[in-house]
Amino acid sequence: MENMEKLMEINHVGYSYHTMQGETPALSNINFTVYKGDFLAIVGPSGCGKSTLLSLLSGLLEPEHGSIFLSNAKLTQKGNGSMGYMLQHDHLFEWRTIEKNVLLGLEIQKKLTPETKEMVLDMLKTYGLYKFKDARPSQLSGGMRQRAALIRTLALKPEILLLDEPFSALDYQTRLTVGDDIGAIIKKEEKTAILVTHDLSEAISLANRVLVLSKRPATIQKIVDIAFPNNISALERRNSPEFKDYFNQIWKELNDNE
Amino acid sequence: MSELSLAQQNFLLTQKKHKRTVTVSRLCIFILFLAVWEGAARLELIDSFIFSSPSKVFLCAYGMILDRTLFLHIGITLFETIASFLLVLFFALAITILLWLNKGLSETLEPYLVILNSLPKSALAPLLIVWLGATYNTIILTGISVAIFGSILSLYTSFQSTDPEKIKLIYTMGGQKYHVLTKVILPSNIPSLFSIMKVNIGLCLVGVIIGEFIASRQGLGYLIIYGSQVLS
Repeated sequence: MENMEKLMEINHVGYSYHTMQGETPALSNINFTVYKGDFLAIVGPSGCGKSTLLSLLSGLLEPEHGSIFLSNAKLTQKGNGSMGYMLQHDHLFEWRTIEKNVLLGLEIQKKLTPETKEMVLDMLKTYGLYKFKDARPSQLSGGMRQRAALIRTLALKPEILLLDEPFSALDYQTRLTVGDDIGAIIKKEEKTAILVTHDLSEAISLANRVLVLSKRPATIQKIVDIAFPNNISALERRNSPEFKDYFNQIWKELNDNE
Repeated sequence: MSELSLAQQNFLLTQKKHKRTVTVSRLCIFILFLAVWEGAARLELIDSFIFSSPSKVFLCAYGMILDRTLFLHIGITLFETIASFLLVLFFALAITILLWLNKGLSETLEPYLVILNSLPKSALAPLLIVWLGATYNTIILTGISVAIFGSILSLYTSFQSTDPEKIKLIYTMGGQKYHVLTKVILPSNIPSLFSIMKVNIGLCLVGVIIGEFIASRQGLGYLIIYGSQVLS
C-alpha cells in the first residue's frame, strides 16, 4: 500500500448532531487514508453514522473536529468538483429525459459544452442506454436507472466516487447484477470509490478494503484488507472459497462491539 | 394493423357502451332539471316571480344577446377575472419564492399570512372601493385579495414538501441554492401549481363578482344585483 499514491487523508474526524433536545455524537476520532484506485467499503451497525461520514467526505458537512485532506489540500465545504456522490435512490428527475438527467451536473457547473456532451453521450452508448436517451426515467428498469445515475455522477469526472447504499432500493436479484455492473464500470473508468453499505456480502464482493465502524459514536473498529485473485467480477467473488472467511471475519467484528 | 382478438373487441365495446351511458345520463339529468323547474313554475308549485323559469331566463338572455349587452357584461367580468388570476399567479409565485429563499422571513410572516387568509375578504371590498374609487383596478384588486393568501400558503407548503434527497443531489453536484430552485423546486412543483391555479380561477371570479356587486355599472355582478333589485 505504501507505494500507492495517497488521495485522501482523514485525520481525527469527529461530528455531532445538535438539536434542541441535546447533542448526539455521531462520529469520533476517525482516521484513515484513501489511496488512488482504492475501492473502500464502510460497514457498521445501522444508525452508526455511516452516511454522516460520507457527507463529511463529500464536503456537504464540515467536521467539528479534525480535518480531511484531499490531494494534500484541505477539503472545502461546497462546490467540490473532485467528488462524485451517488445517493440511495437514483433521483432521476421525471420531468427530464434520460439525456437531460445525465447532463444535470454539467449544467449546474456550467461545463456543458459540445465536447462534454459528446463524452456523456459516448458513455450512454458504452453502457447501453443510448437508445433510451429520450425516454423518461419511469420507462427504465431499476438497474438501468441506477446506471443512468452513475453516468450522471461520472459526467463530472470525479476523482473519488462516494456511494451511499446505492443498491439498497433494488430487489435482491437486480441488486446482484447491478452491483456487478457498477463495480465493473468503476473499475473500467479507473475511479477511486468509497461505498457505504449495511450489506456485508456486497462490501466483500466489491471492495479491496472494508472499514468496520463501531456503534454510535462510531470509531473505526477494524480495517480488513480483502484480497481476491486479480480481475474477477463481483459475482465470481461471491463464489470464491475465501468469500465465506471474509464474511465471518467481518461478521465477528461487527458483533464483538454489541 | 393486426386483427384484434375477440376478447379485445368485447372489451372495447363494453368501454364504449359505458362511456355512452355516462354521457346520456348526464344529459338526462340536465334536461330533467329544466323540465321539473319549468313544470313547477307553470303549475305554480313555486313562485315564478322569485324563482323565474327556464323559458323566462331564455327569453331574457335572448333579448340581451340581441341588444348585445350580455356580451359586454360577460366580457368585462371575464377580463377582470383573467387579469386578477394572472396577477395572483405572478405575485403568489414571486412571494413564495422569496419566502422559500429566506427561512427567517417565512417564519416571521407565517401567522400574518394565516390571519390574512382567514379574513373575510368580501368585507374588505367596500373599503377598497372607498379608498381607490369604483374602477376596474379596484375590482381586479378584490379578485386578487380573495385568492392570493391561500395560494401563497399552499404553494409554500408544497415547496417545503419537496424531496430533501433531490435537493441534496443538487448540492452534491456543487450546485447553489439558485440551482435547487430552478432545477428541482420549480419543476417538481408544477403539478401543485396547476391544482392551485384551478382553485384560483374560481376564487378570482367570486372576488370579481363581489367587487361588481358593490360598485360597478358593468359586469355579471352588476347584472345580478340589478336583476335582484328589479326582480326581473
